[in-house]
Amino acid sequence: MLAYIVRRLVLAVLTVWAISVLSFMIIHLPPGDYVTSYIASMSASGSAVSEGEAEALREQLGLNKPITVQYAKWMGLILQGNFGMAMEWGRPVTDVIGDRLSLTIVISVAAIVFTWALALPIGIYSAVYPYSFLDYVFTFVGFIGLAIPGFLLALIVMYVGFAWFGANVGGLFSPDYAEAPWSLAKAWDLTKHLPIPAIVLGVAGTAQLIRIMRSNLLDELRKPYVITARARGLPEHRVVLKYPVRVALNPFVSTIGYLLPYVVSGSIIVSLVLSLPTVGPLLLKALIAQDMFLAGTIVLLLGVLTVVGTFLSDLLLMWVDPRIRLGRQ
Amino acid sequence: MGEPAVSAESPRARRPEAIVPAGQAAAAQSSVAEQRIAVATQWQLMWWRFRKHKLAVGGTIVLAAFYVVAIFADFFAYVDPQESDALRSLMAPQPIHWIDDGSFRPYVYALTGTRDPVTFKRVYVPDTTVKIPVHVFGHGERYDLLGFIPADRHLLTVEGAKASESLFVMGTDTQGRDLWSRLMYATRTSMTIGLVSVAISLVLGVVLGGVSGYFGGVIDTVIQRIIEILRSIPTIPLWMGLAAALPSDWSIVKVYFAITIIISLIGWTELARVVRGRFISLKEEDFVMAAELIGCSRTRIIFRHMVPSFVSHIIAATTLAVPAIIISETSLSFLGLGLRPPAISWGVLLQDAQNIQALVISPWLLIPSFAVIVAVLAFNFMGDGIRDAADPYL
Repeated sequence: MLAYIVRRLVLAVLTVWAISVLSFMIIHLPPGDYVTSYIASMSASGSAVSEGEAEALREQLGLNKPITVQYAKWMGLILQGNFGMAMEWGRPVTDVIGDRLSLTIVISVAAIVFTWALALPIGIYSAVYPYSFLDYVFTFVGFIGLAIPGFLLALIVMYVGFAWFGANVGGLFSPDYAEAPWSLAKAWDLTKHLPIPAIVLGVAGTAQLIRIMRSNLLDELRKPYVITARARGLPEHRVVLKYPVRVALNPFVSTIGYLLPYVVSGSIIVSLVLSLPTVGPLLLKALIAQDMFLAGTIVLLLGVLTVVGTFLSDLLLMWVDPRIRLGRQ
Repeated sequence: MGEPAVSAESPRARRPEAIVPAGQAAAAQSSVAEQRIAVATQWQLMWWRFRKHKLAVGGTIVLAAFYVVAIFADFFAYVDPQESDALRSLMAPQPIHWIDDGSFRPYVYALTGTRDPVTFKRVYVPDTTVKIPVHVFGHGERYDLLGFIPADRHLLTVEGAKASESLFVMGTDTQGRDLWSRLMYATRTSMTIGLVSVAISLVLGVVLGGVSGYFGGVIDTVIQRIIEILRSIPTIPLWMGLAAALPSDWSIVKVYFAITIIISLIGWTELARVVRGRFISLKEEDFVMAAELIGCSRTRIIFRHMVPSFVSHIIAATTLAVPAIIISETSLSFLGLGLRPPAISWGVLLQDAQNIQALVISPWLLIPSFAVIVAVLAFNFMGDGIRDAADPYL
């Protein structure tokens, strides 16, 4: 059990390190740096930046040092909790990201909760009544859900909301609360706006999970112990729920591991369409402006969040599955 | 395992499968069928099983149609997809009238564009006095079929007018470019980008997965850890970063290949997993041990004995990987980080639909999304069919 936790932890740390290198590399791949794009944007608006000024700016931002040094410096600062300056905004990165990161977490978690809440009962139903009319309906809807990319679904939802109901279904807050400080009323407002993004994000995952749950449970229901239970006269709901569902649940739990990166990924692009105040739109802007600290931090934090979530789901799996808990793989 | 299966299902789901054959004829027929199965090759068996999967067959037909469009895009398009004119912006799809005076003589009405004095929106009114004849398979703009055969036949052409000024089967975009023609060229880009990307993923996946599964040990551990790490990274931010890093002065072709490589950098992991799994399970099989004992070389064991028995699985996994790639490319291009505007792909077309107000006024901008959904569905159905046919026990 301990060995399992340690192995997962080591892997998580390795992953975080790989993500940090990748995100740092990404920022450095484009030709030119922040200063070049700063000069370009300044000259576009009519004011020139002299050679000397550019050099001074590079010196100040440490852009003229070798890449490895820049990486070490960046990591050192991050470990101290200092994420650097968002250059375009002239404010600390933590300030700019602020609530957006927690809102990204809220949306992702809501999407996963939605996915589970829907996939579990539907999966059980489909396995208990295979080839029934509703099973076919769910399979069909599931296929469609898998085939529609998140941003497209978001577009369609926006379109339907706008054209048929005349309402803007995007955003996470009503205009009254968007800039207001956190309060109970604001949290309630957020809860009211959550379902649409959660559904849009969760649909594809739900379709996948239903299929997994259905096939797992179907396999389980064919086992002799189920017949024994039924033969001894247990009520049908106990026959199904007591053991088969619990066994079929294991692979279900482990899917969070890959559901999470998927949902976080999706939240970026869906946020752009639904104009949600998450880190998605910020990341796109930062990448276009080549704001390295900001973009790097966002990619890094998203990656770290995902890794932490995956680690938590590993612990959950351990709790659910005695085979792992007792050290037999 | 066979018998309990039936009783585990609820009575409602049980179907009368065991219809007792009525006479000798049926028995004789079934033995002929059995003989046929006994001598059939592995591929024949797969084909028979695949044929039974109606959705998969349907998906295959749809995909074939998509690739026909991709290959002959210039034939299906009737105008240059880049030809723009602000005076034709955001025209609604125009109906073709197929019957004229009781006989088959398709025509469209000429359209005159004016500006609405109240909303300042451009409106187009059909001029019912001017009928422009439409020909199927008529002569139109010149192009090179397959890149080298000069041709001028198009699926649709008009007579006595320029097609770009009078025929708008799916309407036009904000810059007055014909959506139908653009969709044809976009199909070419988006459907091939899936193939190129999957080819790269396949090479990476088969080589790394094969090495991992065959040799095992430290190499296996390292490759598996790399896969695990790659899979736990949220892909979209990573792709966005990599795609944003592409120099903006690159040509369309360069960006196209760069995007395919970026997408396949992550896509190979799933294929590697499948290949590794097959390698590991096959290593334990008796026929592999027999080949080893006879003294076959390692290469011969791999390519003569092991590879043929999992090629079908790889084909299935590959088919199922394509739709994910198509969605990735579409998403990236939609964000403006994938293929960039002179290039035409489904994602690029959908960029126009980003503005929700514009979309409400001109919903036809959403038409390309149906192409995406249908293609992805068709690939999924076909892949499912192949997977079921390749391995009924899976």
